[in-house]
Amino acid sequence: MTDTSTLQYTAEHEWVLVEGSIATVGITAYAAEKLGDVVFVELPEVGSTVASGTVVGEIESTKSVGELFAPVNGTVTATNDQVIDSPELVNSDPFGEGWLIKVEFEVLPTLLTFAEYSALIGE
Amino acid sequence: MTSADSSTPASSTERFSPLHQAHVDAGASFTDFAGWQMPVRYSSDLAEHHAVRHQAGLFDLSHMAEILVEGPDAAAYLDYALAGKLSVIELWQAKYSLLLNENGGIIDDLVVYRRGDAKFLVVANAGNRFPAFDALLARAADFDVVVVDQSDDYALIAVQGPNALAILDATAGVTDLGTDLHFMKYYRITDAFFRGHPLLVARTGYTGEDGFELYLAADQARELWDALVVAGADHGLVPAGLASRDTLRLEAGMPLYGHELTLTTFPAQAGLGKVVNLNKENDFVGRAASVAGPAAGASVLVGLIAAGKRAGRADYAIFRSLDATTADGVITSGALSPTLGYPIAMAYVTPDLARLGTEVYVDVRGTRIPATVTSLPFYTRVK
Repeated sequence: MTDTSTLQYTAEHEWVLVEGSIATVGITAYAAEKLGDVVFVELPEVGSTVASGTVVGEIESTKSVGELFAPVNGTVTATNDQVIDSPELVNSDPFGEGWLIKVEFEVLPTLLTFAEYSALIGE
Repeated sequence: MTSADSSTPASSTERFSPLHQAHVDAGASFTDFAGWQMPVRYSSDLAEHHAVRHQAGLFDLSHMAEILVEGPDAAAYLDYALAGKLSVIELWQAKYSLLLNENGGIIDDLVVYRRGDAKFLVVANAGNRFPAFDALLARAADFDVVVVDQSDDYALIAVQGPNALAILDATAGVTDLGTDLHFMKYYRITDAFFRGHPLLVARTGYTGEDGFELYLAADQARELWDALVVAGADHGLVPAGLASRDTLRLEAGMPLYGHELTLTTFPAQAGLGKVVNLNKENDFVGRAASVAGPAAGASVLVGLIAAGKRAGRADYAIFRSLDATTADGVITSGALSPTLGYPIAMAYVTPDLARLGTEVYVDVRGTRIPATVTSLPFYTRVK
């Protein structure tokens, strides 16, 4: 079970786990709940360069389409193939098995703390 | 003669179903629908969708509008006010109909239930409560009939799915059914009582499955909802939200007002030409425009299916080729079909693209994805 209080967040309802120079990125439980059942996930290719704040993937539910934004500048080092095959992992374990991409970065921008994100979503 | 409640539109303050607390208790997520806070899902849209296809789902539709039409001229009035010939439906029969404007466009689609020789219940969409009621009231001027907006008095609960009949059978407190439900046909209605209070049981729905819609006084709704939940426990009944209702009706090829049907849509464009009865002797609102029909080249509603998992959605453009620069159509409803496992959509396209089997392209956020024109519905239950 991921301790969500140790993660960092974005205003686009993504979480970021920083380990050294690697940021693991997923969407928050709040975002997954708002989307409804996720049925399709499209992720960037491993090795691609991503720019912070740009759309790098899509998360589709039966009701709507969510965009995946890169939270940092960097290079995609891994994507979660399991969520491609089983998109429902985004709903069932958004902070764990439902992770989406890993990005190697040089400079970590200022992200939201758990407290700041909790305030943002009114919890 | 007419009499009615005020038809002034309510303010934008949100409204709550008489079953709101039941939904909160069941852990529902809510969405705004036509000014109402209604359950969008309880746990999972997909689970709720599959439950309705395979077992049963319980829906709160209390936001729908119920309009009473009663009086010596009621049948003749409806023949004038609506596109169909309602005077010929039998007592306890239901009929799908359309409320047209003078231009032949659609103000609302409705279900009409005959409750007596001179008494009908008209059920309109929540979002069209006021325009539908206003039009119905205005058209009553020359008829001996009363048109009353009773929407605030009624709750509406639907039980949909193959186990719906067994659940109704097992529901405590439902008595005095005018018709044995086992012998009641689809699109029929009967009077009954629930714990001593009047109840209307209609074999109608919006999911493509067998099922019932239950009308009763708003203050009795919670008791009936809870009794259905208890009765349904052995039959796989789950509460189901509007998200699943939308994918269910889409698979069943049923139009949704505001998507497939609008004030400027002719029924003929939407494949509903037969709902407009041009053989009835009397005049009706929209008759002349319906006879003239839509303009040449007007778009027509088709079904689209595609491979893969990326669904075209409402408002996505349709192109006839990969390099066409102007759109030849637009999707009005679309989703990855939970039952079929591939993307489905309803779309308006230019008539030359409407032939079954035609290949078109859907612009899915900048990528053109091939799709094939197919017949509606996408899904038909095995009877």
